[in-house]
Amino acid sequence: MGVKSKKEFEANDYPILAEYEGGSIVLAKLDDLLNWSRANSLWPLTFGTRCCAIEFMAVGASRHDMSRFGMEVARATPRQADLIIISGTINYKMAPVLKRLYDQMADPKYVVAMGGCAVSGGPFFYNSYAVVKGADHVIPVDVYIPGCPPRPEALLYGMLQLHKKIKRQRYFSRKQNKNTPQP
Amino acid sequence: MSETKEIIISSDKIHTDEYLVNMGPQHPSTHGVLRLLVRLEGEVVHNIQPHVGYIHSGIEKMCEALTYPQLIHLTDRMDYLSAHMNNEAVCLLVENALQVEVPERVKYIRTIMDELSRLASHQLWWCVMGMDLGALTTFFYGLRDREHILDIFEETCGARMTVNYNLPGGLMFDIHPNFQKRVKDFIKEFRTKLPEYDRLLTGNVIFRQRTDEIGYLSLEDAIAWGVTGPSGRGSGFSCDVRKYNPYSAYPLVQFEEKLDTKGDTFTRYRLRMEEMRESLHIIEQLIDNIPEGDYAVKMKAVVKLPEGEFYQRVETARGEFGVYVVSDGKKNPYRVKFRSPGFSNLFALNKMAAGHKIADLVAIMSTLDLVIPDIDR
Amino acid sequence: MTNEELQACLTGEFPKAEITLGKQYVEMVVQAEDLHETSAKLKALPTLSFDYLICLTGVDYPEKMQIVYHLESIQHRHVLVLKTNTADRLDPKVDTVSDVWQTAKYHEREVYDLLGVKFNNHTDLRRLFLDDTWGFPLRKDYKDEVRIVER
Repeated sequence: MGVKSKKEFEANDYPILAEYEGGSIVLAKLDDLLNWSRANSLWPLTFGTRCCAIEFMAVGASRHDMSRFGMEVARATPRQADLIIISGTINYKMAPVLKRLYDQMADPKYVVAMGGCAVSGGPFFYNSYAVVKGADHVIPVDVYIPGCPPRPEALLYGMLQLHKKIKRQRYFSRKQNKNTPQP
Repeated sequence: MSETKEIIISSDKIHTDEYLVNMGPQHPSTHGVLRLLVRLEGEVVHNIQPHVGYIHSGIEKMCEALTYPQLIHLTDRMDYLSAHMNNEAVCLLVENALQVEVPERVKYIRTIMDELSRLASHQLWWCVMGMDLGALTTFFYGLRDREHILDIFEETCGARMTVNYNLPGGLMFDIHPNFQKRVKDFIKEFRTKLPEYDRLLTGNVIFRQRTDEIGYLSLEDAIAWGVTGPSGRGSGFSCDVRKYNPYSAYPLVQFEEKLDTKGDTFTRYRLRMEEMRESLHIIEQLIDNIPEGDYAVKMKAVVKLPEGEFYQRVETARGEFGVYVVSDGKKNPYRVKFRSPGFSNLFALNKMAAGHKIADLVAIMSTLDLVIPDIDR
Repeated sequence: MTNEELQACLTGEFPKAEITLGKQYVEMVVQAEDLHETSAKLKALPTLSFDYLICLTGVDYPEKMQIVYHLESIQHRHVLVLKTNTADRLDPKVDTVSDVWQTAKYHEREVYDLLGVKFNNHTDLRRLFLDDTWGFPLRKDYKDEVRIVER
């Protein structure tokens, strides 16, 4: 019982120190606890412009369930959402609206660019006068999901990558380097 | 007691202002990025001004730099729920202009895919209509059944929604050997699910009270504003392109054009449910009789249309979709114009919703079945 | 009516217009001054009764701007293509038909937005998709080095 060395502690994320009748004592890093709770209940904003919005709705439906990841509560207002999935084309008229929605979201907030149009302009890259060539010209993007439209499984894979990215964040620890993601 | 009487009389003299509400581009009920400026007096809508253009991508200008087979891939990003029918419109235009006769097998398969697309689109419409009015259950029921059609598409065409299965001259590849069996199984299963849909929404007292007598559109207004599709047929406007300008295998099938003159929201809803049953009936007539043959005709590598103008009309799930091409003999078109059904359907909204409450506005918009990239192109 | 009968009927009613038989439909070209009167007559005459405006398009040719109207009659089920030209490319003006067919109100706004053609007597001529400082993208001489990536 008890942790003998620093190496042993870091090998087990949540070592159980002692078990009593009423419960146990668990030792964990506060950062890990925060990241775990943030990653497993990301609430997306209902924001869909083009065809990828239908694939996003298919992810929310019963076959590819996003409720398994805690994401089924899609909020309509950005003030209560912590994830914005940009599914569809952004054009010059819509870009200020997107920026305003992003500004209204509270920290920590994450952005996923879903589909070819949001990643880089997609099929509208050449010869189009009205499309912004990639949503990352407007707001900073965390995860890019290519496809036109990406399969629902691809969107779920992108969500898992986002979970991995969130779990690398460090809020309390002083040991942050340039690769630590900031929310 | 006399004091309360005075208060009730004097409440008529309360001055109210007109209130401007912005149902902005990001809204869960607008089916896309549509901005509506609604002038309200209390809860009653006086005037609606739609602002479109938030998804305008310049497709018509892009098409002037593309060849004809390339611009098919842009047409199914416009009205993405009836992607197959949009592709077919451009292919039919090219084939009629070059006077190429496609094999019978191609016509049958195109029509079956058309009707499957129409079913998938109406299923999505049904589930979103319930969700807009607050019945979240319909969202899960509709999408559960739509996944079966998307499986069929994925097995045969390669993609779930933006199927690029049509080419000028025929199809990209032949149907999968499992296709007929899968479609027949789907029809049998979906016929048992449609009564469930009726029990959920059509017979629901709350739904009927929210949609009966709401959003009336008269026949003259429907023709004047060019409202086609089930939205126009609900007012008595008989505009079904499959009946009056038939294409592909539609001359060979028997089906009815569903019309009604009541013109309210519930009628439009009921007509779409009946159209789903007609689609099943059409597929049943065709699925067992697909003739053998080639799946495409050999066309030249570079498709050049003769000089002149061409117009092709198809019936998508929303209404009449038209492609107008002005060609000057080169391999790129000179001008392409897409006549989208949503563009005409949306602007009749002011006529339908004025005088109703703002909650009724949501119900009316969801029966119009708008897809905003179709309007903005 | 078939295309030939329609052509004969129209030639009788509108002597000033050029009526030809195109590959698909009958095509009729009128002068810009006669457009409103012709449209009203096409809708009102019981043998023609073109009450459904299918599509309104603007086309930019090198020496003129052309507006094309596809019309259909629900009673008789015939289709007509009505065209009008204006030679002035710097400031083209055409009469509006939105009092004859209401759906033209928004189609004409789209043509104004993308091609720059102004419509006289239009009740609400504003840009529809783009904002006021944008040029007219569907014109052939539209150049935009910043936004368009040429291929």
